[in-house]
Parts: sequence; structure tokens; C-alpha cells
Amino acid sequence: MQTPFDEMNAAGGSVREHYQVYAEWLARQSDALMRGRREEAEVIFRRVGITFAVYGAKDEDGSGTERLIPFDLIPRVIPSQEWRWMEQGLRQRVLALNRFIHDVYHGQEILKAGLVPADAVLKNAQFRPVMMGVDVPGDVYSHVAGVDIVRAGHADGSGTYYVLEDNLRVPSGVSYMLENRKMSMRLFPELFSMHRVAPVAHYPDLLLETLRTVAPPGGVNEPNVVVLTPGMYNSAYFEHAFLAQQMGVELVEGNDLFERDGFVFMRTTQGPRRVDVIYRRVDDDFLDPKAFRPDSTLGCAGLLDVYRAGNVTLANAIGTGIADDKSIYPYVPKMIEFYLGEKPLLANVPTYLCREPDDLKYVLDHMHELVVKEVHGAGGYGMLVGPAATKAEIEDFGKAVLANPEGYIAQPTLSLSSCPTFVDSGIAPRHIDLRPFVLSGKTVQMVPGGLTRVALKEGSLVVNSSQGGGTKDTWVLED
Amino acid sequence: MLSRTADHLFWMARYMERAENTARMLDVNYQTSLLPQSEDSTRALWQGLLSISELTWAFNQKYSEPSPRNVMDFMVRDEANLSSIVCCLRAARENARAVRGALTTEVWETQNQTWLEFNRLLKDGAFERDPGAFFEWVKLRSHLSRGVTVGTMLIDEALHFLRIGTFLERADNTARLLDVKYQALMGEAHPGEDLTSANEGHEVDFYHWSAILRSVSGFEIYRKVYRNVIRPEKVAELLILRPDMPRSLAASMNEVVANLRHVANAGSGETLRRAGRLQSSLQFGRIDEILAKGLHAYLTEFLESVNEIGAGIARDFLVPVAA
Repeated sequence: MQTPFDEMNAAGGSVREHYQVYAEWLARQSDALMRGRREEAEVIFRRVGITFAVYGAKDEDGSGTERLIPFDLIPRVIPSQEWRWMEQGLRQRVLALNRFIHDVYHGQEILKAGLVPADAVLKNAQFRPVMMGVDVPGDVYSHVAGVDIVRAGHADGSGTYYVLEDNLRVPSGVSYMLENRKMSMRLFPELFSMHRVAPVAHYPDLLLETLRTVAPPGGVNEPNVVVLTPGMYNSAYFEHAFLAQQMGVELVEGNDLFERDGFVFMRTTQGPRRVDVIYRRVDDDFLDPKAFRPDSTLGCAGLLDVYRAGNVTLANAIGTGIADDKSIYPYVPKMIEFYLGEKPLLANVPTYLCREPDDLKYVLDHMHELVVKEVHGAGGYGMLVGPAATKAEIEDFGKAVLANPEGYIAQPTLSLSSCPTFVDSGIAPRHIDLRPFVLSGKTVQMVPGGLTRVALKEGSLVVNSSQGGGTKDTWVLED
Repeated sequence: MLSRTADHLFWMARYMERAENTARMLDVNYQTSLLPQSEDSTRALWQGLLSISELTWAFNQKYSEPSPRNVMDFMVRDEANLSSIVCCLRAARENARAVRGALTTEVWETQNQTWLEFNRLLKDGAFERDPGAFFEWVKLRSHLSRGVTVGTMLIDEALHFLRIGTFLERADNTARLLDVKYQALMGEAHPGEDLTSANEGHEVDFYHWSAILRSVSGFEIYRKVYRNVIRPEKVAELLILRPDMPRSLAASMNEVVANLRHVANAGSGETLRRAGRLQSSLQFGRIDEILAKGLHAYLTEFLESVNEIGAGIARDFLVPVAA
């Protein structure tokens, strides 16, 4: 797993087949032209306002706390047969995860079968007892799932895709996938006549269709779908506004909603209007001050009761965090076999559970070569990258693990695949991952590809936008 | 439409209109100050501008001298002055950003671009180099913002609330401008007197009156409508009663009422009635009656009515108490 894998260049310097047309084109472009295009892209992103909020920071031009996520000009290309296989694997995985969440909040068959330790679920902070026995339309919990996939190289020069984590609560980034495509079509239209790139622009249509199919049963003919945002100072506000506009539905904040007579309404200029489906981009804890955090001003008091009575649908459902928790992740392959009777197509990264004594011993002995993660950490925080850590850091982290083994897992350091990237010094390989977005309603659907994130710092494996990551357009080539 | 959305649209349009009118007033003062005149009248000119916006007190907290430079800085780029152009443009853009989904892409990008460009111009020293051109730029961006709104948006509630915001603000701003300038030029000695007779002893200062007209793009309109020399009572008539003068009180209230009718809901009857009453008083009013009552008193009452209508709109549509 330590051999570097480059998406464009095979070992020995030859260009992989699916990149050949692109590589020839790229060789003909001057450095100045590429720099010019990159500047153009920045100007357009600013004008369109595709920014994310950075708390407490100030831009030089006075636009306050809004930053651009760097867009890299060189696309990540996926050949069609690889995508078809990945799509099947994603479908299978998300189906099983939804079945698991339903099971956890109903019969708990998988716990009874002893395949997932009951403690790991029932004592998990992400387990929501309020969801026990609650039926949701179509038994779908995670309507929008973002599955993070990486590719690691092997000694023989081949590479394997691994699922790094599942994001089943409020995954973000899809607007960048769509805007990146718009941008590359605008900057390099000629490339799209040279390649058959599968389109992604219909994502908002699929999302709206998904949300409409999970409206409360026996409701109205035309379900009122809304997007719930924490507001314009949230880091993903652009995406919330973008998706609402693209779907043609209202973008609401908590204060726009209220509960009355067992239903949720929004305040409009023409009086109250009933809300049927809430695509919420607010975390569980903030959804209902009566049920969860009482200090939350982002939610709607009484929402949980309406939800439990089946009079409004939340997408994603409350309590999906139980399935994407890092301590549950190692059991996903078993879930696939248990619920679907199938062999998992997409591999998990081998994971050591510090709760298991044998694994704990191994982890403590091998910390210098492992990535050790806090089970509840996110965004690249709360983790130790062994090979890059100092002796003191390893020692400190080891103590923390020993004090609370249940709170940690460990994985071998994967050498994430790289992709040529246009950086200040020219074109150089940088590490990437991939987040496809899987929609589950009546059926499971997705657009080809996803969001490719790239770690712009040389050698860095951290692709998060909060830590110096950028994005790339992602092309799935059609045959 | 969400009440909050309507609220943001209403204020987005108001702030943009306010930025434009502030630029207009600053421009006319700046142009006038280039004319030969005494130090006292220059001072009066800039003090007048502060009192139009009820900012004399706030200004004096910060600056010792109402010099052209100080007042312009205060009104253009002072972040502490919520009525400054920088604050208005930021507020317009923030309101737009909060509801960008309810706007067309062109409207949002125009608003965003105005803000980004404004900061760039300030940083490049464009304002210091040529204030006139800078004010012209602000006006043009406001024209563009309104034009792209009317030219690209569906004619529905969203557009109506934007229009209400624009014209309510314009009615307010034109009334203030007229109030202050009229008092400054006619003197406070004769409130309520028949101005035609009061005028006989004075030589009307052509340059000052034409400057007022220019500040509302009304100089050429005046010539076209009256085909006569510039007389104060005619200027007042043009800015108050002429429905065909786009920045007059009558024209502004016509638009407010027309748009208000489109968005009427079960609870908005009283607000519409008040707006309609104000509109018809303009439609059927006469300038000699208004001047007989006293222009200042008339405009003060007008501003109160506009204020009430604004509060009514907020109550009926924008922030309804839990339904």
C-alpha cells in the first residue's frame, strides 16, 4: 500500500489510456495561458459569489470572511468501466447503510445476530433513542449520502479504491461539483468536444425528485419542499442557496418555520403555508430547541413531534450519525452481507478498533506507521498521522488512546493517489480523494463522478477545504 | 413568498436607492462647491447635507470641521456611519446574498459585482482622484441594479417588494432633499408666507436651484415641462406633484401603491388605505395650497406618513408576529 499511484501517469512515465487525449492537449498549452485561465476562474468565482465563510478572518479587499475554495484547472478523469463498477458498489453500500439505520431503530436484528457489538451502537453518542420505532417514508434515512473514496497504489503498479468514510448526516460539496463543471466548460470548451464527458448538471433535478418521493404519505399532491439553512454566515451557505434556487424551492431559516396543530408551517407574505419535506442542512442537535439543544436558534420548536408523527419528512433523517460513526465503519462490509446477502464491491480500509484488546496492542506498538483517528473527529481534526508525527506527539496520543480506547480507531497510512495539479511552480502531482453523492428516495440514483478534493500542499494528505484543500472537476468518460 | 425573503428584498432595494441618492446629493454639493462663493455658504452647503440625513450629531462626534473633504469621507467611506455609501452598498449586497436564490443570477451578480468593484475603486484612490466620476459610478450601478431587476425578474411578489422598497426610499429621499434645500435657499424667515411675493425682493440664485434640479436629474425635465425661467415654487411643484417626473413624491407614491396592491393580503388593508390616501393627496393637491401651509410643515408630515407606511408594510408582510 505504499507505492504511489498517479491517476494520469503510470509507472515508467507512460500516460494512462483515459488521459491520453488530455495529456496531449495539456502539453500544447503554455504556462502563461494556464495562469491566465486560473485568474479568470478566480474572478468568476468571486463575482458569482461561490465562497465559503471563514470565521474571524478578514479579506484584503474588505469582503470580510468569505474565501474561495481553490479550483484546479486539471480535471480528474475516471474511465467509464471504473465508474460503472464504483456506482454499483456505492448503490450497494448506501442501501445496506439505510437498512442498518432502520434496523437499529426497529428490531435491532444485526445486534441480536452479534455482527455489530450492541454497546458500540446503544452507547454511541450518535444513537438517538427518540427515533426508536419511528417509521420514515420508504424506510429511507440517508437521502443524500457523500461517500469518501480514495485510491491507493500497490507494488505491482495497480491501484485499489477504498471507502475512507461514509457521510450520512449533512454532506456538503455538491455545489462545487456542479460549479467546477460549469467553470471548466467555460474555460476550456474545446476539451469537451474532444472528450465524451458524462454530464452532471441534472443533480438538482434528481435531488428534487428524491425529496418529493419521500413526502409524508397521504399528504398533498404537490408536496412543499424546502431547504433549511443555518443562515448566510454558515460556511456552506452558498450551497444551500444554490440548491434551493436550482430546485426552485424556498430556502428557509429556523425562524421562518413554526409548529401548529401537529404540522410545520412557514411564514409567508400571504400567511402560513404547510411544509412537507425539509432538506435540512442543520445538524440534529440544533433542529428542535424543545427536544435537543435548548439554546438553538437554528431550528423550529416542536419539529421533532411533528416528525415523529409522520407529518413532515426530514432529509436526512434524525439519527443517521449512528451509521457513519468511525467506530461503526469497520462493520459496514458485514452489514452488506447481512442485509443484502451480497459480497461488498467497495473495500473498506483495514481498520484496527482500539476497543478490541488485540487491536489496541497492535496500534500502540505501530503508531509510527498508522493513522490514528478520534472516533468522533471530523474535518481532519483529532487525528495522528504516524509517519509525520514526532516522537513526543506519538507518545501523547498513545496516552490519550490508552485512557479511552473506545474513542479511537487506527488505519494503515494509505498513500492516496495523486493527480497532476497546476500549482505555483507549474504542474505537479498532488494527492486527491473523491466524494460521490448518492441519492436515496424511491430508488437510488447518482450523477456520474462526484467532487474531487485535492491537497494543494506538496506531500499533504489532508484535502479538507478548511485546511488548504482545493477541488477539481471530475470527468467520467462515456464509452 | 417567505416573509423573511420579502424583508430582504425590500431592504436590498431601499439601500441601493439610498446609496444612489446619497451619491446624488454629494455630487450636487461637490459641483456647487466648485462655484465661486463665500466660505460661509460653502459651510452651509455641507452642513445642510448632514442635516438632510439627520447626521449632524454623529458627524460632530467625529469631525471638528464640516469641510467638503470631511463630509464626503463621512458620507462615502465611513464604516461607522450606517448611512454612508459603503454601508448602504454592503447592506444591499448582504440582503441580496441572504436571498440570492430569490433573485435572478444577473441581479445577484450585479449586486455582488458592485460591492467588489466599489472596494476596488476606494482602494485605488478613484474617489480622491475624481469625486464627480466616482458619484457618477455609484448612480450608474444603481441604474444597472434597477434595470437588471426589471429586465430579468419574473413579475411576481419578489419584484413587487423590490419596487416598493425602491420607491418608498425615493419618496423619503426626495422629500428630505427638497426640505433642506428649500429652507436653505428661501431662508427660514418666511415660513408659510406666499413665496411668490416673498420672492420679489430676492434674486433667485439660478445656480443653486438648477443644482437641486440636477441632483434629481430634473433640470432638463424642468425646461421641458415649464418652458420658463427657474422659479422656486415650480421646482417644488415638479418635485412634489408632477406624476410624470420620475423622482417626484407623486410618481414614487404611485409606484408604491401600485405594487402594494399586487401583494395585498388579508391584513394589509389599513396600510394600503394610508398609502392610497397619501397618493391621492398628491394627485389632487396644488402647490399654492402646500406653500400656504408651509413647505417644511408639509414635508415633515409627508415624511411621517412615509415612515408609517414603511412600518405598516413591515407589520403586514415582512415580520408578521407568529401566525
